[in-house]
Amino acid sequence: MTGAPVSAPLALGALPEPRPGRLFLGQLRRDLALAVRQPAEIANPLAFFVLVITLFPLGVSPERETLAPLAPGVLWIAALLATLLGLEALFRRDRDDGTLEQLVLRAQPLYLAVLARMLAHWLVTGLPLTLLAPVLGGLLALPAEARWPLTAGLALGTPILVLLGGVGAALTVGLRAGGLLLALLILPLYVPVLILGVSAAELAVVRIDVAGVLAWLGAGLALAVTAAPFAIAGALRIGVEAG
Amino acid sequence: MSQPLLEVSALRCERDDRLLFEALSFALGAGEALQLRGPNGAGKTTLLRCIAGLHPDHDGTIRVLGAEHRAGDPARAGLLFVGHRLGVSAPLTAGENLRWHVEVGGRPADDDAVEAALERVGLAGWADVPCQQLSAGQQRRVALARLALVGPAMPLWLLDEPFTALDDRGIALVLDLLGERLRTGGAVLFTTHQPVSALPSLTTLWIGAAPAEAA
Repeated sequence: MTGAPVSAPLALGALPEPRPGRLFLGQLRRDLALAVRQPAEIANPLAFFVLVITLFPLGVSPERETLAPLAPGVLWIAALLATLLGLEALFRRDRDDGTLEQLVLRAQPLYLAVLARMLAHWLVTGLPLTLLAPVLGGLLALPAEARWPLTAGLALGTPILVLLGGVGAALTVGLRAGGLLLALLILPLYVPVLILGVSAAELAVVRIDVAGVLAWLGAGLALAVTAAPFAIAGALRIGVEAG
Repeated sequence: MSQPLLEVSALRCERDDRLLFEALSFALGAGEALQLRGPNGAGKTTLLRCIAGLHPDHDGTIRVLGAEHRAGDPARAGLLFVGHRLGVSAPLTAGENLRWHVEVGGRPADDDAVEAALERVGLAGWADVPCQQLSAGQQRRVALARLALVGPAMPLWLLDEPFTALDDRGIALVLDLLGERLRTGGAVLFTTHQPVSALPSLTTLWIGAAPAEAA
C-alpha cells in the first residue's frame, strides 16, 4: 500500500526524560479545562450551598439571636454536603471513557497525577465555597469576630474534605450506584474536620485564641495531602483492574 | 533473534469461573505483529489486559521488554495500550486529549507534534473541536493518533479492535502506522475479526475454537 505521505516520521529521536513536574502540570491543566467545559458541575454545588444557607433564615427564624449561634455549624454542614455532591462524578467519567485506565498505566508516579486531580477539584469546589462562606455568613448573622476563623477553617478544612472524599470516590468507582455508599463511607470521616472547623468559629465568638484549633486543621491537611493520594492511587488501580 | 519484546508462557486465565485460556505461550520479537482472533467472549480482550497489567488475576508469566511484569511496574512505560475504552474525554478537544496523553508520560507536548499526529490519522484541522462533536470513527482516530504521537517511544503496542468504526481510508492509515512501528523495531499485538493482509511478518493466534477453514 502507498498510504499517506509521511509527515511525522516515527523515528525514535532523542526523547526528553520523563519529568514528574510535567505530569503534575499537564494533569492539572487537563482537569481545569474539563471543569471549565462543564460549568454546571462547578455551579451546582455552589448553588446548593447558597440555597441551603438561605433556607435557614426562612425556615428556622430570621431573628439574629437565634441564627447567630447556629451560623458556624450551618455554614460548615452546608459546605460539607456541597463538597459531597461533586464527588461521585470525580473519577466515574474518566473510568467510563478509558482515561483512568491510561492514567493508571502511564502516570509515573500515579501519586502526583492524583494530587493534581484533587487540587483541580478543590480549586473548583472547595475554594469557591471558602470564599462564599463569609459573604453568606451575613444572611445568618454570623458574628463579625467569627468571620475570619470560619474562612481560615474552611480554607484548611475543605481540602481535607476533598481528599477524603477522593478516597471514597476511588473506592466506589467500579460500582454502578456508588453515590449513597460514598456518602455513608465518607461522612463519618468528615466528623473531626467538622468539629474542629465549627469550634474555631465558635471559640472566636467568646474571644478564645483559635490558633491551636487551626493548627490541628493544618496538621490534618498535611496528613491528608501526604496519605490520601496514596490511598486514592491504590483504590483507582483496583477499580481499573476490576474491568 | 535478540530478546523478544513480549514473552508469554503458560498463561492461564479464568473469568467468572469460566476458563478462558490455559497453557498459552507465545513470543513477539522486534518487527513482529500478532493478530488475535477468536469468537466473541473468547478472551482476546482479557489477554490484552493481562499483558497490559490491567488484569492481575492470572497464572503464568508475562515478560514485557525482558522484565517480568507486576502491578505498578515501570516496565509498562514501554507499552502502549489502546483499549476498548478509548481514553478520549468527550468534553475536551482532540488537541487537549492528545496533549494530556503526552504529558501523562511526563513529557512536554508541543502543538506541532499534536497537529502532525492528527494529520497522520486524517484529522488535520480538527484539533480544536470538542470530541463529543466527533463521530465514533473520528473519536477512534483521535485515540489512534496516540500511535503517531507517543507510540514511537513505545516498543510494544497492544491494540484492542483498532479498526472498529473506521472507514477503509482510516484502516489504511492505521495499518501504515503499524507497518512503520514494525519497520522501526517495534512489535504489535492486536485483536480484530477481519483478516489483515497488509502487514509484513503477521501471524495469527486463535483464542478459543479456531474455525475449521482457517489456514
